[in-house]
Amino acid sequence: MNSSARSSSAPLGAAEIEERFEELIGAVLSSRRTATGLAGQLAGQPRTVQEFTLHWVGITARSSPELAYQFASVAPAAIEALGVAGAEQWLIAAMDVFDREGLYRAAASLKDLPGFILQRREQAGAVAFEEVARVLEHFLAGLSGRPMKLEPDDLPWTDTATVYLPRRIARFATREENFRAYKVTAALLWAQARRGTFLLDAARYPGAQRELALLGVLESVRLAARFERELPGLHRDIDALCRPALDARFEQAARPLRSPSAGVADSLDALRTLPAGARAPDWAFLGKLEPQRALEVRAARLLRDKQELHSALARMQNEMRGAEMPAAEGDPMPTAGAPRLRVALREAEQLEISVELDGRTMAPPPEVTALVESILQDLGELPEEYLVAAGEGAYRAGGGEEAVELIPGADGAQGGRFYDEWDFRRRHYRKDWCVLTERDVHPGDPRFVASILARYRAQVWHLRRSFEALRGEDRRLRGEPYGDEIDLDAAVRGFAELRTGAELGDRLFVRRERNVRDVAVMFVVDMSGSTKGWINDCERESLVLLAEALEVLGDRYAIYGFSGITRKRCEVYRVKRFDERYDALVEQRIAGIQPLDYTRMGVALRHLTGILGAQEARTRLMITLSDGKPDDFSDGYRGEYGIEDTRQALLEARRAGIHSFCITIDREARDYLPRMYGAAHYTVIEDVARLPLKVADVYRRLTS
Amino acid sequence: MNAPHRDDAASLMIEREPYYQPLRGEVAMFEAAWNNRVPVLLKGPTGCGKTRFMEYMAWRLARPLVTVACHDDLTAADLVGRFLITANETVWVDGPMARAVRLGAILYLDEIVEARKDTTVVIHPLADDRRTLFVEKKGEVLKAPPEFMLAISYNPGYQSVMKELKQSTRQRFVAIDFDYPPAETESLIVARESGIGADAAARLVKLAHMTRNLKGNGLDEGASTRLLVHAAKLMAHGVEPRAACSGAIALALTDEPEMLSAVHELVSAVF
Ligand SMILES: Nc1ncnc2c1ncn2[C@@H]1O[C@H](COP(=O)(O)OP(=O)(O)OP(=O)(O)O)[C@@H](O)[C@H]1O
Ligand SMILES: [Mg+2]
Repeated sequence: MNSSARSSSAPLGAAEIEERFEELIGAVLSSRRTATGLAGQLAGQPRTVQEFTLHWVGITARSSPELAYQFASVAPAAIEALGVAGAEQWLIAAMDVFDREGLYRAAASLKDLPGFILQRREQAGAVAFEEVARVLEHFLAGLSGRPMKLEPDDLPWTDTATVYLPRRIARFATREENFRAYKVTAALLWAQARRGTFLLDAARYPGAQRELALLGVLESVRLAARFERELPGLHRDIDALCRPALDARFEQAARPLRSPSAGVADSLDALRTLPAGARAPDWAFLGKLEPQRALEVRAARLLRDKQELHSALARMQNEMRGAEMPAAEGDPMPTAGAPRLRVALREAEQLEISVELDGRTMAPPPEVTALVESILQDLGELPEEYLVAAGEGAYRAGGGEEAVELIPGADGAQGGRFYDEWDFRRRHYRKDWCVLTERDVHPGDPRFVASILARYRAQVWHLRRSFEALRGEDRRLRGEPYGDEIDLDAAVRGFAELRTGAELGDRLFVRRERNVRDVAVMFVVDMSGSTKGWINDCERESLVLLAEALEVLGDRYAIYGFSGITRKRCEVYRVKRFDERYDALVEQRIAGIQPLDYTRMGVALRHLTGILGAQEARTRLMITLSDGKPDDFSDGYRGEYGIEDTRQALLEARRAGIHSFCITIDREARDYLPRMYGAAHYTVIEDVARLPLKVADVYRRLTS
Repeated sequence: MNAPHRDDAASLMIEREPYYQPLRGEVAMFEAAWNNRVPVLLKGPTGCGKTRFMEYMAWRLARPLVTVACHDDLTAADLVGRFLITANETVWVDGPMARAVRLGAILYLDEIVEARKDTTVVIHPLADDRRTLFVEKKGEVLKAPPEFMLAISYNPGYQSVMKELKQSTRQRFVAIDFDYPPAETESLIVARESGIGADAAARLVKLAHMTRNLKGNGLDEGASTRLLVHAAKLMAHGVEPRAACSGAIALALTDEPEMLSAVHELVSAVF
């Protein structure tokens, strides 16, 4: 016993090891292939290494004694290079290969120790798209210009609306360097879209891949030089990645591109001066150029921007003139004296835009500024034909084809109500245009709420705490050092004490804390088909957390959903009425909220404004949760019409003394939001997963 | 908590000319309002120079300046005044509002929306052509002298609907719109206030613009002139630019880790 205790830390001798090997992998040993060499190798190692090796030889041998033999022969070297834990990973990787691809490959994998070391280093330093997407999206938004989306793809490229980045970058040893490669790649693609890589006609771009690749290099030289002046830190990062440097003749061809005035046309010129055998360097951020795709996207955007600018200008004209002399119904748009837009470029990037109309100059609304910026970015100039008012905004007089039809079965009998809808072209309401019915949400899974509460347990606790802090109470604080009234008890006591020679304290007042929360809030949830999946789940989760918070606060609240298809079948779904308690049935209705049809938002808001307006409260608040643009199946609700109608419905709510706040889950175009939510505050949530906590957070901030 | 007892007009005078860089006609506007006894509402985001402007105007018009930073515990009594009980009598102590009226001072109520709703009641008669302050507890009516002026500030960026300014309050005031200055002017201010060079100041302003691009896209507010001045002061004292911007700007803007990294990246892009 004594000797074995000692021997547990002392290294094993060669003979002892050989004996163990014979036990474990005797099947693959022979007179020509003995374990003597292996044992001799291992004998000089510390005991831990010996035990580790023998342990894993045993395990491996159960699958393949041959693989175990191979392992034993390389183990000391592997342990020296990787450490015990690393060697274990290395062996396990080989055993995986064995399971998948058999002995031959597995043995090869074991022998390729340097390859494994390299791969492991990459793995440790690798950065994935998902890890960096949000940071880089903010980063690009900060660099400014049109908002751009980020998507993963095999190679980096951009179509000027989306920046595609590789799924993973593992080229460098450390995470910092790989992240930097991501950032530089994103910034240069942003610059392609922003600084005119795709400003020319399609025919001017080369067709051959090789030439496109070279143009990509030249463009990156040109765009990097622009950064040198404006964002030197970023330029340093780019510079660090331009390794190896361009060879002398390439560099010479690229030199003119470093001038501040160089454009993509100069890059094309430079392309022609490149030596015949020039090859693109292997820089980490280089991707591919897709001029044709980019030009398609640009053309479509220009068309849309042009139309939108036309109607925005027409709207400005209307609003200005309308303020002076209300136009008669169906008046054709005045076309004379169209607004003149004046655009001045201040400094490098700051635009100064003003609109001149009928001799008056005014600041354009934000959507006009955004449109002008976007057009300038795509064209480098603002052609006259973009500056015409009317176009889309003009309404054809006498549009009789849209007279109200009789809608069978949609009147009192089924509880349907008629609502007007706003037609921005006519600048007046279409009478009784929509029919809306109220229904209850069909109850869903009774365990839903409990499961969500369990999942968010920590957050719910936190939420309750933060809402408790908000809870208003009508308190009279006695014995205060100051206040509106004298605390008689304290005063009498104080003067009595004064008589006895004690000092008169100063806590003699009553202070009233008036902190009553007199809030009625209506939550309006988008139940259109486009919320299917994630968004619907998160909407429901949001409501669970919110209800929890509101129960703590004691604010009055109601929850309704909306959907519908065509103006004749608009529907509002009751989840919780103001006079209902938050009980099991309401819980089940929250669970039962489902994606249904379309988003005819205006009529729903009008109906709910009526319900909320009837509540007696000092603050009336309507919070909508939706996934973007209003949309309906037919009768032209999609697009500008729906946006304008929603805007109008929010204005009506505002006039009725209701504050609106809109939470939009939308990663797409946001240009229309400022217009649509004109009368309301709003926020855009990109990451649906954040919705549940965000909604409660918005509510807290709104009412604190 | 008690109001200071010292009622010394001289201590409320601004002796030295404060540095103020005029932006767009606000000085003339304010003077016109003062001459015509119209109260003024300064509207604008945080840290854009409203307080500094008030100091400057008080100096220019040679009036004492009484500033009250409003907060949600501020009651009407805090503004007007109250009785205090001493050993064997009660004494009246003027609040800042009564004091300003008596002195013919400029009264600046900073962040008015933060105050309790009931305080607006005492503001109203002072802000219309009555120009009087009712000291209810004493049954006294104070008539404001011609030099007196009321100014309030308001940041429309607030999201809370509870904190919107009521129309009946708002419509008593002439509004002066403040915003962050144009880039060159802002660089000038940052350089003057901190002593850093023009180039570094311009970079800070560039950074500010980038964060202002993120307003509504993840940030509630972009970096204010104030934050730039803070960062610039650190830099003027030898703090490395990136560290100065991280501390004075990035961390002041957000706690959200991804946004924080994005702002850090913008900082290192600029410097
Ligand atoms: N026009 C200006 N001239 C001189 N300094 C300015 C100007 N604008 C801003 N500043 C600088 O910005 C700092 C912040 O300004 P100030 O304190 O006046 O902001 P504010 O608008 O009152 O902000 P808040 O609403 O948060 O109280 C000032 O201390 C000053 O350094
Ligand atoms: Mg201030």
